Amino acid sequence: MEEKHYKTFTKEMKATHTILFPDMLPIHFELFKRIFELEGYKVECLHNSSRAVVDEGLMHVHNDACYPALLVVGQFIDALKSGKYDVNKVALLMSQTGGGCRASNYINLIRKALEEEYPQIPVISLNFSGLEKDPNSGFVLKVRDYLRLIYCSYYGDLLMSIYNQVLPYELEKGESKKVLDDLSAKIKSFIGTKKLYRLKKITLMIINEFKKVKVSNEKKVKVGIVGEIYVKYSPLANNHLEDFLHKENCEVVIPALMDFIMYSADATIWNHKTYKNKNKLAAIYKIGYKIMYHFQKKINHIITKNSHFEPFHDFEKLKALANKLISEGVVMGEGWLIPAEMAMLIESGTNNIVTAQPFGCLPNHIVSKGMQRTIKKYYPDANIVAIDYDPGATQVNQENRIKLMLSNSRLK
Amino acid sequence: MENLFSIGIDVGSTTVKIVILNQENVVIYKNYVRHFSEVKNTLLFELKEIIKQIGDIKVKVAITGSAGLGLAQKSNIDFVQEVHSAFLSVKKYYPDTDCVIELGGEDAKIIFLTNGVEERMNGSCAGGTGAFIDQMATLLGVSVDELDKLSLKAEKIYPIASRCGVFAKSDIQPLINQGARKEDIAASIFHSVVDQTVSGLAQGRKIEGKVLFLGGPLSFIQGLRNAFTSTLHLDEEHAIFPPLGPVFMALGAALYSQTTNKTYSLKELISLIENTDMSGNFVVTEPLFKSLEEYQAFQKRHQRSDAKYRDISTYEGDAYLGIDSGSTTTKLVLLSKDYEILYSHYVSSKGRPLDIVVEQLKTIYDKIGTRNIKIVSSAVTGYGEELIKAGLGIANGIVETVAHFKAASYFCPDVDFIIDIGGQDIKCFKIKNHAIDSIILNEACSSGCGSFIQSFAEALGYDIATFAKMGLFALHPVDLGSRCTVFMNSQVKQAQKDGASIDDISAGLSQSIIKNAIYKVIRVKKVEELGNKVVVQGGTFLNDAVLRSFERELGIDVIRPQISELMGAFGAAIYASKHLPEHSELLTREQLDHFAYKSINSICKACTAHCQLNIINFNGGHRYISGNRCDKVSTNVAKSSLPSLYDYKFDKLLAYQNKYGEKESKALVGLPLGLNFYDQIPFFTTLFNELGFRVIFSDVTSRKTYYKGQHTIASDTACYPAKLMHGHIKDLLEKNVSFIFYPCQTYNYDEKESDNHYNCPIVAYYPETLKANMEELNSDNFISPYLDLNNPEQVADALKKSLKKYHLKKKDIVSALKKAYEEENAYHKDIYEKGQEYIALARKEHAKIIVLAGRPYHIDPEINHGIAHYISSLGLLVLSEDALSYQEHSPKLYILNQWTYHSRLFKAACYILDQKDMQMIQLVSFGCGIDAITTDELRYLLESNGKLYTQLKIDEINNLGALKIRIRSLLAAMEEK
Repeated sequence: MEEKHYKTFTKEMKATHTILFPDMLPIHFELFKRIFELEGYKVECLHNSSRAVVDEGLMHVHNDACYPALLVVGQFIDALKSGKYDVNKVALLMSQTGGGCRASNYINLIRKALEEEYPQIPVISLNFSGLEKDPNSGFVLKVRDYLRLIYCSYYGDLLMSIYNQVLPYELEKGESKKVLDDLSAKIKSFIGTKKLYRLKKITLMIINEFKKVKVSNEKKVKVGIVGEIYVKYSPLANNHLEDFLHKENCEVVIPALMDFIMYSADATIWNHKTYKNKNKLAAIYKIGYKIMYHFQKKINHIITKNSHFEPFHDFEKLKALANKLISEGVVMGEGWLIPAEMAMLIESGTNNIVTAQPFGCLPNHIVSKGMQRTIKKYYPDANIVAIDYDPGATQVNQENRIKLMLSNSRLK
Repeated sequence: MENLFSIGIDVGSTTVKIVILNQENVVIYKNYVRHFSEVKNTLLFELKEIIKQIGDIKVKVAITGSAGLGLAQKSNIDFVQEVHSAFLSVKKYYPDTDCVIELGGEDAKIIFLTNGVEERMNGSCAGGTGAFIDQMATLLGVSVDELDKLSLKAEKIYPIASRCGVFAKSDIQPLINQGARKEDIAASIFHSVVDQTVSGLAQGRKIEGKVLFLGGPLSFIQGLRNAFTSTLHLDEEHAIFPPLGPVFMALGAALYSQTTNKTYSLKELISLIENTDMSGNFVVTEPLFKSLEEYQAFQKRHQRSDAKYRDISTYEGDAYLGIDSGSTTTKLVLLSKDYEILYSHYVSSKGRPLDIVVEQLKTIYDKIGTRNIKIVSSAVTGYGEELIKAGLGIANGIVETVAHFKAASYFCPDVDFIIDIGGQDIKCFKIKNHAIDSIILNEACSSGCGSFIQSFAEALGYDIATFAKMGLFALHPVDLGSRCTVFMNSQVKQAQKDGASIDDISAGLSQSIIKNAIYKVIRVKKVEELGNKVVVQGGTFLNDAVLRSFERELGIDVIRPQISELMGAFGAAIYASKHLPEHSELLTREQLDHFAYKSINSICKACTAHCQLNIINFNGGHRYISGNRCDKVSTNVAKSSLPSLYDYKFDKLLAYQNKYGEKESKALVGLPLGLNFYDQIPFFTTLFNELGFRVIFSDVTSRKTYYKGQHTIASDTACYPAKLMHGHIKDLLEKNVSFIFYPCQTYNYDEKESDNHYNCPIVAYYPETLKANMEELNSDNFISPYLDLNNPEQVADALKKSLKKYHLKKKDIVSALKKAYEEENAYHKDIYEKGQEYIALARKEHAKIIVLAGRPYHIDPEINHGIAHYISSLGLLVLSEDALSYQEHSPKLYILNQWTYHSRLFKAACYILDQKDMQMIQLVSFGCGIDAITTDELRYLLESNGKLYTQLKIDEINNLGALKIRIRSLLAAMEEK
């Protein structure tokens, strides 16, 4: 049998190739892009979203693979076929967690999808667990990049969270969006300078700018979104769920990306502590977690002291909720984070929740659908609807179910 | 002040319901009509009727229903979600209700009112709804009314999956083909709807108290009502079927309208709706044909590929008979010795394929009359093969793939690729060196594509031929994508909502069948993969719109024989001509006159599996038995002299329960007989025995196990092996164990040479799901520590802590663990050695070897549906994956190989690569997300090394028929190699 060799992204390619990465969190990814650019990479975030994306995905990925894999592959292939890029001068970037969920294999699915038509295109794994170590790789992140990524994740979360708290109430249509864009541009310009690390100053800046938006004091139904990370955040995957909820006159509450990052770090630490395995990264994760949690506390403190905005979910509290509802040991996929986030949302006044997941998502059988009963037991007022996303599901069905959840919310 | 009325309009997927209330909330008008997707016109007509009857009254109005949303948005009329509107009318008219069940055309809903209001709808699947019942009636060739009447005369219930129509169909088809009574099938269909409601909708919450049943099907179908009341144990007082059941949502909408501000006169309402532009932004594609000339040229090209015909009255000599008993149709062809068609027939099976073949044989004999035509050989293929072969003395029974290949080769001797789309199956074969090189079959989830378009046509009020023609010249075919046919309903609903015409939908459906085949089944990346010569066949390709779509999508011209629908029978006849029996036992004209059979249901008592047997006694004295999974009662399953490692493993594991005798013990530990325990029984039984506990297992899995725990299953898309765990836990509780032991295990054994050694998320954490959904469980009777078996130290500590009630000493645990690890090792080694012994045995007897590769729990006969036995009965030796993986190296892989059980697959595959007499069949449980990754990799590994790849997808349905086709196709291909 002939061995297959997949292309590596070499050091030389750094100068010649454009790195494409899939869309997920529009606000955050704009900031991340800048981080990579400063290191000399040419990067571009994909935004193509026509039906062709789904069709390419279906054609190139096993149809029982999960929807995110299908969309990510479809988005890449559709972009490559669009003629917009020189296919000999592009590389693809994909994140990889290395957890026990099949999502760790997305990167391999992408390579398989490419091997016939685009064998020349290297696929880069972005991971923090030591997977795919390649001494020849031209894509190497430095310590400062990790630091910048963390800061930018927090700023992205802040922008996303507060924007969502202001937007539904703005009196002048489009004002919040303008504030958001201005702030994004400003923070982007800080990357590469020391200004980026002024956590307090930037947090205050974000709060104060959004405070200037004139708002009504109308009361709106708050709806939280939890679920599988890609489907939860990506408008392509969740059929523009946020926009739909806004149109339904709701305030959307989306938990932060940093929750997921801290959860991932915590999972490694927990496994190490419980199973006493020899994971060298555990020590680094421990330090990382401490720093991240410290930042979160600091930001939350600033938010509550200076505004009426809802702060981030305190991560230690999330963990405590996880242990009340399920176990911190459930760490595949989004693991305990999903039930914990649901509980946290309810405790902070958001009883109505959409849990969004790919059809047939394995961890979600356990942590989302499997936990509804427990959540209901602890929180009888919980009003949760689980929505499956896949290439076959239609918007009309999904929206009808969400509407049912909304009419339930108005019963109370 | 003028009288103000309230009007509620419920626009469902198939019907429009209208209710008008006066000021005292008395219903003064109600109506229930089918809209055949002409929502706007139907509604306008109805409103005008109302004016005629009642006059132009002043009204408040609200719309509800899945198909009403678009209309409401565009016309700015108030909308209320339909479950909510049901809630409103229940509160008003039946306030003491505890639970409401509503079945509609495609939606199913449940509302719990007592102890916290909860409203739920079915997910994205139309299973267990009115559409499902319609589909099933069509399959049986009866109307829904007749189906209802039949069901009232049932004697027994068969298990049928109603999760979606396609699944149920694969359950019902074999029943039909085996000659089960229609009455029983009808009742079983209704029971499956109940099961779906209980497991899919209630999801762990009990349906009890006063239950209100709503919606069309529950109002009109007595058999369905009976099924619900008997399953839920409801008496007349607690099962309420309100007279307004069918229009209940409309009633709620009328109530809701009273809370809105707008008032209209009916005339104003009509003009408002009339002026509502319903056309939306559905995506359209190119017309199939732009002109009549284009169509005629297309027709002419395809007419060139036709069979030769000969008038039977001009022929004398030998003749060959071919029969194709397909999923929905039966086909017969009689060939002359030069392969001219002397007679052919194509007819819907209507649930009685045997009768149809008998009739047709009589017709053939009558046509032959006294002429000297001798049917020297015959062959039958398709679902009904065994029954027809046994009943009528047919010489050869062959698998469909072989029949289709023979037929295609006749029209195109150097064919590269064949695709056959039948009523229920898509079969594709790649041909290399004039032999079938690989076979692609549709999975259970997307089958039913051909008959789907027919059901759809009928649902819209057309026959299939007319419906298909409407699409040919449609100007704006709707792009319906390539989704699974079951979901197509809702997609079409959306297109209709956006104003697509029937023509556009017809064309769109034809295209989508093709897209489904190309993208989802074959997964063509490049057209060149298919080769130059492509033959398409099967009844579905008779539809020119489908054929055109296929050529358009691939951008090539293909060959469609004019006898497209007869190809299976044609190929069977050709096969018959080459396999002549010594003397034909085909029933003669006289024998046919006296032919009769009687079908009896019985339960096999030969073993504890208690298979439901269907025995057909032919009046010639012989019988045909089906439904059995083993060879104990024979006729359709031959006895095998070869042992099977599946049996060996299963028996060996079960024996552990009694291995250590019944001595004094600290407590009785229950282990559920499922999932990872099929691998870890040696470990845990030894461990607990060493610690002074007695261990018992839950009972061997049966269908009953599933039903036992069904109402606590939280996710209806989880795999069947996981769902069975609920029943096993219930069973252990009934056995009064001191506690159930079921640990969570993120990691499995590290068996080296893999990237990691995880369990899949389900195996790893299913105890959490059980704890969260079975209220009987608590921290006393369900002990579930987090263990990593690679680390004895950790296991010892965790056990000490979780079993602290029993005051175990760490030192004792450590020494018990040592024994447990030794036993586990000894077990794996024994399986390996037994495997080697069996291989030697097979080689001595020149038997081929099949590695039936899955997960440890696939040895459970309820999970594998007796497949291992079936393979043995074909004279093959069956091995399990862990018999080979034990000492094997892992091959080079191109995925992250990070799950222990799955890494065994690859090692086992590596073992067989250079073994000429071995092939591998992969067992995949439906819903196994991890296998979506492993199947492609395994296929690549095997095929790039010249091996065949066969995948069997198994679920809760017990449908050996479809699996047998795959296994026999593999055998046929092995013989050709």
